Amino acid sequence: MINKTLATCSEAVASIFDGATIMCGGFGNAGMPGRLIEALRARGLRDLVIISNGAGTGPFALGALMGDGGVSKWIGSFPTPTATLFRERYLKGNVEMELLPQGTLVERIRAAGAGLGGFFTPTGVGTELAAGKETRVIDGREYVFELPLAADFALIKAHRGDRLGNLSYRGTMRNFNMIMATAARTVLAEVDELVEVGAIPPDDVHTPGIFVDYLVQVARHPELLKVATRGEDAP
Amino acid sequence: MTLTRDGIAYCVARDLPAGSYVNLGVGIPVLVAGYLDPRKEIFLHSENGILGVGPKAARGQEDLDLISAGKGHCTLVSGASLFDQSVSFTMIRGGHLTHAVVGAIEVAANGDFANWRVPGQAVPGVGGAMDLAVGVPNVFIAMSHVTNKGQPKIVNRCRAPLTARGCVKRIYTDMAIIDVAADGLVLREVLSGMSPDGILAKTEAALTIAADCREIDVPQTCNGIELLQ
Repeated sequence: MINKTLATCSEAVASIFDGATIMCGGFGNAGMPGRLIEALRARGLRDLVIISNGAGTGPFALGALMGDGGVSKWIGSFPTPTATLFRERYLKGNVEMELLPQGTLVERIRAAGAGLGGFFTPTGVGTELAAGKETRVIDGREYVFELPLAADFALIKAHRGDRLGNLSYRGTMRNFNMIMATAARTVLAEVDELVEVGAIPPDDVHTPGIFVDYLVQVARHPELLKVATRGEDAP
Repeated sequence: MTLTRDGIAYCVARDLPAGSYVNLGVGIPVLVAGYLDPRKEIFLHSENGILGVGPKAARGQEDLDLISAGKGHCTLVSGASLFDQSVSFTMIRGGHLTHAVVGAIEVAANGDFANWRVPGQAVPGVGGAMDLAVGVPNVFIAMSHVTNKGQPKIVNRCRAPLTARGCVKRIYTDMAIIDVAADGLVLREVLSGMSPDGILAKTEAALTIAADCREIDVPQTCNGIELLQ
């Protein structure tokens, strides 16, 4: 019988090693695997490369991981002003940043997960984010070449999951979680509810279990149970 | 007298055609949502994975899993859909959205614009700005006409780091509406009380005054909010 469930987040992150490249799903607080990230923090690992859209939303979970000192490089798109700990370390020169347009970030991850060797995108052409990258004119339009982006581990968050690793999300939780689940050697999922096989109707399985290695049912990180205080107008 | 931020948003909302699929950036652009005529059935896109963003969630009614790109809790309109980042940026980069309304630091006469990195900014972030710029057929800029130091923001050539080349279609400011045409900028509408020459004086790039250039027609207030100041 296939059983991908683990009892604790600590068990789930036990195989993560110094120097690992780790994807973290989420956009803002929605779909952030807060408990898995806190378990990773407790490991005290060094030289980690983190791939995530933002660099945290406050001094907890992803935002706190960025301040711990174990992250040597961050690859992402939008370190908002609330990513204070990352920003402090970046300004001191203690963490490297590779900034990518958001659509390029997700497509590089998708390419890795889909077995592609990269892609040509019009995004970034003529800007500093394309500096030094190969370009090609296709049908009269200039494109920049982007490589696939894979990871050793992906930490993802879903609403419901079953022992086979089938996952479903709510609202805007899908964001990067669905694509990151395809692009890492080991995929760890944190779910709100562990349900019986078949309880998630096949039409509603957003991430098929084939992509998931382990999952843990755990109550959400308390900071992720709070209503966001930031308005529509925030960057 | 100039248009307020809401006044600029009102003008953009007036011009978006029925049935549009629109992404609104932070700042003045998100204010456009408040002035859309519901009869036009315009669907708002949020790059984190929503087509059909509704109003901000009422206090106590927030869904923790439902946020818009500004990270605030939102609602969905009837007919909305939810999806992942890959589908969201397929909509953006693939040219499926019809309009992107974005702010800018500078816009150039050739349609280049800069909005992702303020010169000297210590920690930059780009998000979906560059994808929207290259992918969406109609990129509209909504911004003040000059900087808070009075310097023109509509320039011959952008000095701030570029977001994308040659993609802006129209510029809405607090005093004018300007089209970006193949052969340069065309002044379409001017705020009442301002002369086209007055706009030219506040614009670094050359402007052609459209033969049918007219006054911007806005009420003093809308929904109790001042549109003119």
